[in-house]
Amino acid sequence: MKFLKLTVTLCLVLPTTAGWATDIKYDYPIPGSYEATILGTPDNLKLPPPAKILARRLVLDVIPDIKKPDIFFYDEGLRCTLAYQNKKAPLVFVIAGTGAGDQSQKAMAMMKELYKAGYHVITLPSPTHPNFVISASRSHVPGDLIEDAADIYLAMENAWNKVKEDIEVSEFYLCGYSLGGTHAAFVAKVDEERKSFNFRKVLLVNPAVNIYSSITKIEGLLDKIPDGPRKIGAYFNTMLAKFTEFYRKGDFIDIDNEFLYEVFRAKLFSHDESGGMIALSFRISLAGMVFSSDVMTNGGYVVPKNRILTSADPLGDYFLVCIHLSFINYFDEYFYPYIQKQRPDVTREALIDSLGFKHIEDYLASSPKFGVITNEDDFILAPGEIDYLRRLFGERVKIYPWGGHLGNLEYRDNMEYFVGFFNR
Amino acid sequence: MPIAICRVYHVAVVLYLALTLTGCATMTTAKLPPEEPAMHSVSEFSDDEPVVDIADPWQMFNRSMYRFNYNFDKYVFIPVVAGYEFITPTFIQKGFSNFFDNIGEVRTLYNSVLQLKGKKFLTTVGRFLTNSTVGIGGLFDPASSLGMKKENEDFGRTLGYWGVHPGPYLVVPVLGPNTLRSASGFAVDGGIRFAAINAIDPLENVNNGNSIMAGITTLESIDTRHRVTFRYYESGYPFEYDLLRFLYHKRGELLLMK
Repeated sequence: MKFLKLTVTLCLVLPTTAGWATDIKYDYPIPGSYEATILGTPDNLKLPPPAKILARRLVLDVIPDIKKPDIFFYDEGLRCTLAYQNKKAPLVFVIAGTGAGDQSQKAMAMMKELYKAGYHVITLPSPTHPNFVISASRSHVPGDLIEDAADIYLAMENAWNKVKEDIEVSEFYLCGYSLGGTHAAFVAKVDEERKSFNFRKVLLVNPAVNIYSSITKIEGLLDKIPDGPRKIGAYFNTMLAKFTEFYRKGDFIDIDNEFLYEVFRAKLFSHDESGGMIALSFRISLAGMVFSSDVMTNGGYVVPKNRILTSADPLGDYFLVCIHLSFINYFDEYFYPYIQKQRPDVTREALIDSLGFKHIEDYLASSPKFGVITNEDDFILAPGEIDYLRRLFGERVKIYPWGGHLGNLEYRDNMEYFVGFFNR
Repeated sequence: MPIAICRVYHVAVVLYLALTLTGCATMTTAKLPPEEPAMHSVSEFSDDEPVVDIADPWQMFNRSMYRFNYNFDKYVFIPVVAGYEFITPTFIQKGFSNFFDNIGEVRTLYNSVLQLKGKKFLTTVGRFLTNSTVGIGGLFDPASSLGMKKENEDFGRTLGYWGVHPGPYLVVPVLGPNTLRSASGFAVDGGIRFAAINAIDPLENVNNGNSIMAGITTLESIDTRHRVTFRYYESGYPFEYDLLRFLYHKRGELLLMK
């Protein structure tokens, strides 16, 4: 009877609320997509952090007997972070975004909120993070979603083996943000076959629908800087000079969030310049990935083949080379040739198609375990990709009107929805 | 005579080792296939401005020190700090930090004078007096609550103020990133403090005054490391050394503006 009453009420209420959905007040305060992405959420609009977190670092030996060159002497294994409850609870795995480590600010924000809600959490670095490239990627060449997902899955099994004696877990959930969101979809697919975890819920936060198209969009931001992408160094220096001058003139002591908000309030940088900075920080992340991969494979891409680097060798020139190389360069000159060696008949177009949701869309469309959160103005999505997400996931996708790429992640409404997905 | 023989022997052993080790190194490299040029090299991008590029003539030494510091942190410093954090209640840790900050105000005081910065000097006098009295010998920091912002000055910055060039980047054992100027400044500040303590001699009636001072210095180092969240190679980023050098340099430049 109660059930019937509930169903009737729901039927009456749902159409109206669904009609509202677009008009519901949304107060995330930063309207510009690039600005939101850079600034994130002001502290007073975030949910309070948990009073205390029981957490520890896991260092995993995912690939036994792996040979690491002296230059990576500090890399002692894949680093993941575990936050644990002293009671039986579900465990959520969090996969970080492009170039991010297990303790990146966004992964930690997710961990804190999930922890408050009573979950165990394990965060993992992105397969594009140097630590993963060196210690957990079996090919040491990141980019192929299927290979990367298999590596992530192996790392998760390793992490679970390491902690399963110490914590009580009722069931497993999975989530990832940005590129990590795209990875999460593919990892869930691996889990359908291997069934180590039987993920009950999988949440993709601001995922790339196709890696190639998203990265082309980010790289495209550099087309709008003065003199174009080849002059990325000059651009960086100009931005830095503006920044320095602003600091000198103002009454600031610390360079903190408050200072950054002032920079944007004063409109120190134009919209295109802000976009350029996002692309630049992306290139800096990518540089770590390309260099680590090249050294691990002795690929002769940016480091001369057969050169043995030591921890005392200067690396500045490699850094300079790497930040000038786009992802498209990496794709065409390094990644695609690597794939061709294994699968000689794969065409460039087919490879690009395999780097996104389209490749597993039947699975994604039919599995009820997925949820997606993204923003209408997330600039990593190409035209039509928001509609594609709507078609693919239907009711399971939540789209906020603005917030850029993850800018609104920590905004309290978003965080409540994020945790609510797992609580429901 | 035996000493002389010893020396000759010593030199011979060192030479022998040095030569054989070099020999070894050459032999290992000889076995490797020859280097082939990389697909992309820095000359390709010479039409762009250099970026994050700070002069670093002692780079080989610095990078080795960077690695030394990583190991020192890992095997000595961080375990000690972790032990300290484990056994010391948080409010006492805070008390120690305030206490050492308060002592540090003296350094800010004379360096503000040397840089003719009257406002900084007055704020710091106010802080030092307030915290030493109402703050019970510096264990608490009521001055900040009263709106007296903490300022920082040191002799390295005084040298900078008077136009001394920062000199080459220098990674100092244990202390980490510095410039020749800031490292010299650190030494001068340390010397002034040592002289002052000897002159005032606060522990004159205590036996083993020197070991007590050594204990306090150790505690201060632990407190300092406890407050710095930076961990060598925590980023896992292969160009961390380069970026940190750049940030250190930039920070110094911005600090000199204030």
